[in-house]
Amino acid sequence: MAKKLPKVDVVIVGVGWGGGIIASELTKQGLTVVGLERGKERKTEDYFMVHDELRYAMRYEMMQDLSKETITFRSKTSVRALPMRSYGSFLLGTGLGGSGVHWNGQTFRFLPYDFEIRSKTIERYGEKKIPDGMTIQDWGITYDQLEPYFDKFERMAGISGEENPLGGKRSQPYPTPPMKMTPSIKMFQEATKKKNLHPYMMPSANLSEAYTNPDGVSRAACQYCGYCERFGCEYGAKADPVVTVIPIAKKTGKFEIRTHSHVRRILHNGKKATGVMYTDVTTGEELEQPADIVVLTSYVFNNARLLLMSKLGRPYDPATGKGVIGKNYAYQVIRGGAVGFFDDKEFNLYAGAGALAMCLDDYNGDNFDHKDLNFIHGANISLSQLGLRPIANNKVPEGTPSWGKDFKAASLKYANRFLSVGAQGASMPFRHHFLDLDPTYKDVFGDPLIRITYDFEEQDRQLAAYCADKCGEIVKEMGATEKIEINKKLGPYDITPYQSTHNTGGVIMGASPDTSAVNNYLQMWDAENVFVVGASSFAHNSGYNPTGTMGALSYRAAEGILKYRKSGGGIIV
Amino acid sequence: MLAQSNNGSEQPVSRRNFLKNSGLVLGGLVVGGVAGSLLNRQQAPAPQVPGATPAPAADFNQALMFFTPEQFKVVDAACERIFPEDESGPGAKALGAAYFIDHQLAGDWGFNARDYMQGPFYPGEVTQGYQGRLKRREIFEIGIQEMNNYSNSTQKKRFYELTPEQQDAVLKAFESDEVKLTTISASAFFKMLRASTLEGIYSDPLYGGNKNMDGWKMRNYPGNQMAYTQVIEKDEFVKMAPLSLRDHQH
Repeated sequence: MAKKLPKVDVVIVGVGWGGGIIASELTKQGLTVVGLERGKERKTEDYFMVHDELRYAMRYEMMQDLSKETITFRSKTSVRALPMRSYGSFLLGTGLGGSGVHWNGQTFRFLPYDFEIRSKTIERYGEKKIPDGMTIQDWGITYDQLEPYFDKFERMAGISGEENPLGGKRSQPYPTPPMKMTPSIKMFQEATKKKNLHPYMMPSANLSEAYTNPDGVSRAACQYCGYCERFGCEYGAKADPVVTVIPIAKKTGKFEIRTHSHVRRILHNGKKATGVMYTDVTTGEELEQPADIVVLTSYVFNNARLLLMSKLGRPYDPATGKGVIGKNYAYQVIRGGAVGFFDDKEFNLYAGAGALAMCLDDYNGDNFDHKDLNFIHGANISLSQLGLRPIANNKVPEGTPSWGKDFKAASLKYANRFLSVGAQGASMPFRHHFLDLDPTYKDVFGDPLIRITYDFEEQDRQLAAYCADKCGEIVKEMGATEKIEINKKLGPYDITPYQSTHNTGGVIMGASPDTSAVNNYLQMWDAENVFVVGASSFAHNSGYNPTGTMGALSYRAAEGILKYRKSGGGIIV
Repeated sequence: MLAQSNNGSEQPVSRRNFLKNSGLVLGGLVVGGVAGSLLNRQQAPAPQVPGATPAPAADFNQALMFFTPEQFKVVDAACERIFPEDESGPGAKALGAAYFIDHQLAGDWGFNARDYMQGPFYPGEVTQGYQGRLKRREIFEIGIQEMNNYSNSTQKKRFYELTPEQQDAVLKAFESDEVKLTTISASAFFKMLRASTLEGIYSDPLYGGNKNMDGWKMRNYPGNQMAYTQVIEKDEFVKMAPLSLRDHQH
C-alpha cells in the first residue's frame, strides 16, 4: 500500500510553464502547494557546456527517456499502433521547467478567429465550408476575455516584440522592444512590404534588453549565441519557468517541489479527486499525496493519459463522437515552405536566437478570403535566424547528391548562403484523430502508453501547398539567385522527421460538458476540484506556436482555482 | 585559403599514414602477433615528413572502444567516401569521423539506451519509424560485414581494398537497397552511416571527430562562442577562429 502523506491545499502534476505559473499565483495568495515533477532539478548553471550540438540537439539530453516511456502511433484505427522507439516528429520534455526550458521562445497570441472558429467560419462561409468529419468548435472563451491573461504572461516573461498589424487588439505594447534585425530579416521585410503584406518582428521570449518583471525577477539580454531550441539558456535570457515563476513560488515558502516523483494515478471518488498516487523513482516507493485540489500541468499526452488511466472523465469514442478525454488531438502543418540559395551573398547564419524572426499573418486564420479555397485557416509565415548548427544543417540545392565530393563542395559553399521562408500551418481536429490508451505497450511501471491516431487530411495538404506558394513568391522577391525550391508536398504524417513539438488537444475546453472536458477556467466538468492546464485544452491548433496561448490560459486557470477555493465548491462561471 | 591553413597547421600523423609508414600490410587476416606489434610500434616516435612542423602530442583519443581493427578500416574508408578530402580541406578520415563513430557505438547511443526497446516487435509502416530489435552497434556490425561480403562477391576484395570509385559503387548499392539484406535494411544502414559521419565531422572535438575543428573551419562555423551581439546586425560575413567547449571560459 502506498504511504499516505499529510494533506496539502493543492498538488500539481508536472512543474513546467503550467505548473510554475499555477504555483506562483496560488502561493502568492497563501495556498500550500506541492509540485510533483518526474524529472530532475534544473538551474542555469547546468548549461555551462551547453553549446554542444551533439549532446543536446542530436542525443536529446533534455528530453524524456524513451526507454522508460514513449507514445504509440498509427495513422488510422485499422492500423496496428507501434511505439515511437526513438525521437523524430516531436520532442517530449522532462525535468524541472519541462518543455519550457528547451523551447525557442516564439510567443504568439492566437487570433480572435481561433477562439470562435466554428461560429465565425459558418458566419462568413456557411456551414458547408466545414468538411465532413472536421470537429472544430468554439473554445468557450473569446480573445477579448483572454486578453488580460495574455498580457500577464507577456509581462512575466518579458516578451520582446512589436504590434502585429493583423492580430487581436492589445491593451498595452510588449514589455520590451523587438530583437535586433539581421540582413536576411531586412530582406524579408523589404520583399513583403513590396508585396503589400504586413510583416512584424516575431514576439520573442529571448529578451532584447535587460528586463525586470512585475514579480521583481531581473534577467539579462539575449546574446544571439544560436543555441535555443533543444538547449537551456545559460544567460537566463530566454524566459523559462526555472528563471521566472518557479523561484517566485519558492520564495513564498509555500511551494514544495519534489523531483523524481512520477505521478501515476489521480485518486478520486468518481465526483472529486482526493489526491494523487506517485512513485519516487529513486526508491521505487509508492506514495499518496492527498490534496483539496489537483492540477494536471504535464505535457499534452500525459494530461490525457493520467485521466484515462485514473478513469476520471468520459473517454472519447471516435465511433460515436461521444465522450471527451482524448478528443480533438491536433498538431501542426509545418511542411509548406520555400528555400532560396544565394550565390553572391554570405550571411552570418551561425548567429541567431530561437525567436529571432520576422513574420506575417496575411495568410493566417481568417485574415484572407477562403471562399474559393479548399481549406480553412492558414499559417504564420516567417523568416527566422535561429543559428544554423553544422550537424543538422547541410542544405544543398536539389539534384545535388547527398554524399561524396559534390555533396561536400555544395554543403560547404551554401553553409551560409541559403535562406528559408517557412509556414507554420494550423491543424484542424477531425473526428478520427484522437488519443487513447494503447492495449499492448507499457511504460517502465507496467502502465499503458498513450496511443495517437492521426494523419494529415486534404485540409492540411491544401493549406500546405497554398502557403508554400506564398513562401516561394516571397523568396523570389528577396532575390535568390535562380535556385528556389518550393516544398508543397505534404505526404502522409510521418513520425520520423522532426516537425514540431506543438501537440495539442485531448482535454479540450469549451462551453458545454457534452463537447468539452474542461470549462474556460480549465476546470473539469466531471470533477470540480481537478484543473487540467496545458495545450491539451486547445480545441484545435492555430498557425502559431502554442506557448503564448497556453501561458495565458494558465493564468486564467490560476484565477479559476482561487475563485473555486473561495466559493467553496461547484463549477465556476 | 582554408586548405592552406589546414596544410600549414599541425596535421597529426593519421593512423592510416602511420600504418603505411610502418610498413605493415593489414589486408590479410589480423592475428594476435600483428596486433601486438602494432601496439609496440605505436609508442615509437611518429615518423616525420620532411619540412613538416613537429608532430603534436599523441592523441590518446584515437584508439578503439568498440570496433575491431578490421571493422574500423571499413568504416574509416566508407566515411572518407561520404566526405572526401579535397581542395577545401580534410575528409572524414583525417577528421577522425570513424573514431567518433567507434566511441559513440561504445556508449548509450550504441546500446539504444534511451530508446524504447521493449517488445512485441512488429514490422510497421514506414511512417511509424524503426521497429527492429537490433541495437545500433549490432546494425553497424552487420552492415560492415555485409559491405565486405558485397565487395568480396563483386570484386574479390575487402571494402577498404577497393579503389575509391569501386567503394562509391558499393555505397550506392547500399543506399539504393540494391543490396538485399535479410536482417537489416541496407539503405537504413547507409543513412545511419552518413548521419554519423556528419556528426563525426561537425560535433565538438571532445567526441573524437572534427579534429582541430577543421570540420568547422571549412564551413566558417565559429563553434562555441559566447555571444554574437556584435555580429548579428552586420551586413558583411564575419569570419572568426572557432572555439571548442574546451576553450569555454565565462
